[in-house]
Amino acid sequence: MTEPAAVAAPKPHIAHEVPHEALGFWRKYVFSTDHKVIGIQYAITGLLFLLFGFSLMMLMRWQLAYPGAALPLLGRLLGEARMPGGTMLPEFYNELGAMHGTIMVFLGVVPLAVGGFGNFVVPLQIGAQDMAFPRLNMASYWSFFLGGVTMLASFLVPGGAAQGGWTSYTPLSVLAGTGQTMWLIGMIFLITSSLLGAINFITTIIQLRAKGLTFLRFPFFVWTQFVTAFLLLLAFPPLEAAAVMQLMDRVAGTSFFLPSGLVVSGQVVAVAGGGNPLLWQHLFWFLAHPEVYVLILPGMGIVAEIIANNTRKPLWGYRSMVYSLVFLGFMSFIVWAHHMFMTGMGTAMAAFFQTTTMIISIPSVVILTALIISLWGGSIRFNTPMLFAVAFLPMFGIGGLTGLPLGLNVADIPLHDTYYVIAHFHYVVAPGTIFALFAGIYYWFPKATGRKMNETLGKIHFFGSLVCMNVVFMPMFLMGLAGVSRRLFDGGASYAFAQPVLHLNVVSSWGAWTLAIFQIPFIFNFFWSIWKGEQTDGNPWQATTIEWAAPSPPPHGNFPVAPEAYRGPYEYSVPGAAKDFLPQYEA
Amino acid sequence: MTSDHAADIDRHVRVYITVFGALMALTIITVVVSRFHLPVPIAVSVALLVATIKGSLVACYFMHLISEKKLIYAVLMLTAVFFVALLALPAVTVHNGYWIH
Amino acid sequence: MDIPYTVEVRRDTGLTNGKIGIWLFLASEVMLFGALFASYILIRTGAPSWPRGDTILNVPLATFNTLVLISSSVTMVMAWASLMRHRFGTFRIYMGATILLGFVFLVVKYFEYSHKFENGLYPSTNNFLAIYFTLTGLHMLHVFGGMMVNAYFLGPGSKLWKTNPEWFANRVEHSGLFWHFVDLVWIFLFPTLYLL
Repeated sequence: MTEPAAVAAPKPHIAHEVPHEALGFWRKYVFSTDHKVIGIQYAITGLLFLLFGFSLMMLMRWQLAYPGAALPLLGRLLGEARMPGGTMLPEFYNELGAMHGTIMVFLGVVPLAVGGFGNFVVPLQIGAQDMAFPRLNMASYWSFFLGGVTMLASFLVPGGAAQGGWTSYTPLSVLAGTGQTMWLIGMIFLITSSLLGAINFITTIIQLRAKGLTFLRFPFFVWTQFVTAFLLLLAFPPLEAAAVMQLMDRVAGTSFFLPSGLVVSGQVVAVAGGGNPLLWQHLFWFLAHPEVYVLILPGMGIVAEIIANNTRKPLWGYRSMVYSLVFLGFMSFIVWAHHMFMTGMGTAMAAFFQTTTMIISIPSVVILTALIISLWGGSIRFNTPMLFAVAFLPMFGIGGLTGLPLGLNVADIPLHDTYYVIAHFHYVVAPGTIFALFAGIYYWFPKATGRKMNETLGKIHFFGSLVCMNVVFMPMFLMGLAGVSRRLFDGGASYAFAQPVLHLNVVSSWGAWTLAIFQIPFIFNFFWSIWKGEQTDGNPWQATTIEWAAPSPPPHGNFPVAPEAYRGPYEYSVPGAAKDFLPQYEA
Repeated sequence: MTSDHAADIDRHVRVYITVFGALMALTIITVVVSRFHLPVPIAVSVALLVATIKGSLVACYFMHLISEKKLIYAVLMLTAVFFVALLALPAVTVHNGYWIH
Repeated sequence: MDIPYTVEVRRDTGLTNGKIGIWLFLASEVMLFGALFASYILIRTGAPSWPRGDTILNVPLATFNTLVLISSSVTMVMAWASLMRHRFGTFRIYMGATILLGFVFLVVKYFEYSHKFENGLYPSTNNFLAIYFTLTGLHMLHVFGGMMVNAYFLGPGSKLWKTNPEWFANRVEHSGLFWHFVDLVWIFLFPTLYLL
């Protein structure tokens, strides 16, 4: 191109003219465009929301274990509108339930897994200086933050937060109080944040990978983030559209989700009608089924990294894992209606969706099996990250396998509205994904801070959590098989058939409260290790992937020299090599 | 760059003008056809056919999809598959079911 | 620190970051409008009767608006072509015309909306109007957003032309891709809502 006359300056970037070190506190730590700072912001916000969402559940567990009993101390603090005399109102219970689900999924796990680990680790693992669009990255975090604030604020509006469950099924949610409007607005912020993030991740992974880092040399974690980003990019917009339509139903009086002749409390609702409540369910699950994989895939990626590192072996069947992952991502878009077998679906379409559901279980099993076989014959180092990663395998296995009956139309109908479903997906997400996330925190903590977390406290945290998680969720399988509905305010106390299993509610609840106690070592360890943990060099785990080529903590721009990839990601114990690992970045 | 490049742009511009004319004509055609009050299935087919032609012209020439890189095609193919699933499956499922309207 | 491939293309993909980013964004937009079209199909096929668009809506105004939006697409692509020919003055004229045509579109839409409201036709009146107002409203937001971006490149953003013309041309191309997409959505909205 012949340059215009006035041209002299070839400098492409205006935004980066100020050296990072010279930035003030606000630009460096709060409104930062550095992927590592944003990753840590996401991670810490996500962890706080996880704690908050868990607290909501602990309150609910009180009501379930001791229905109608006054909660000492805390009960009175929550006020007459929520817990008069310390006894929980059904409306407040519903608020807690809806917000527990929403917060755990959209504000806790996804921001931590994708926003936190994705942002911090992916650019490092592909040898990039930063994300492709640093300012978009910052916008993504702050949009998420606004969404979170909106969700929290909804507890304070008259009538309290949303009560329609995390699924916000219509028409109930359209007729609910102000909290639901806040929920919808909050969701629109969160969806925007995820979309910005997804665009950024895909572009970064495709464009900014280091020289020599071909797609089949990617660490498995990068692959999981890549597929996850596509799920977010293409599945979230329909929920955004659905949220807009529900907002229209609530604010502008439209009837997208309200059928004709809808009767509430003996009165026909004065709306135009002609809408379809099932439309919401379709659009919701079009997102929310891929969202299940958004929750689990980054976890699988973290576990794969840690298992390869601590068995000192290459991953078994890396290529099969990658192909399974891609296939799984693709299939996850056409299985969603297995969440809707109860809605009077015809047999033809039920057969279609149960078939696709059975098909999608195959790649998940391939990945899990490959990870289990990877353990075989390794000289395993059982450090804290590895313990969490190994525990992930059976816990996710239980969650996944108990999902199969739910994917079959006939078996789903008696099980769907019971505690069985709660137990199933919590095994996937709580001792599954959240264990993987803990593993990731222990594993990459030295990269972020230059110090290791304490092993003893880590082990106390791990074993306590492992036992408690099972005490919380295993009884729910039994209650579900006994037929106890998952939506009861009294945990089933008013039903005769539930009486033989009612004591299991108490077991679950004490399990949950004890689980909280076992998180204290983690919280203490986290902060203590930032300042007092054992100091480490750049590569404390003797790992092979590129993030360990950067100093710990990595400076702005990450690498002193742009790294190159010379081999696959898991060259451990290569025969004839001088050490038991050959880093990707060493020639 | 070279004068080759400038000639390239000149050719592009001629294409843009042609496409512009085609879009204008197709808009008029679709409005005129709707005046005939054809039976609904035929009317829908014609209207969507014309809209698809117009949409393709915009995408191919204004958005340069006719000469885009493979990666962009891949992304759009993937999107197209899910777009079709999203358009078809909810309606098919609801009407195949026992939902009373 | 400079992020690579903002201006020059990466060799193996042949693309800049921005080009991939904007297409990914458009892919998500396809799914956003796709969900609304899916809702339209589901509600319409489930309805006992459905009004023809031209019995409620103003087809001549909408036809005019279609022509306006198509013209704005042409001026947009001409604005980019002017940059490729290094004619910054022509670029400003075409970009200004694009924004102006977008503005005309919004004004016509304003008269259409207010005419509906005067006749007591609201989103709550029936589901045809509900989907009409939702789809066109969301589309108008996109038109407005596109105008803002274009105005930025006509105004303060055009300073980049002096320092890095290639990058500026890329940015205008990307903003153009969004603008053409908004046009493309309207090309489908127009027959769906007004003519069927």
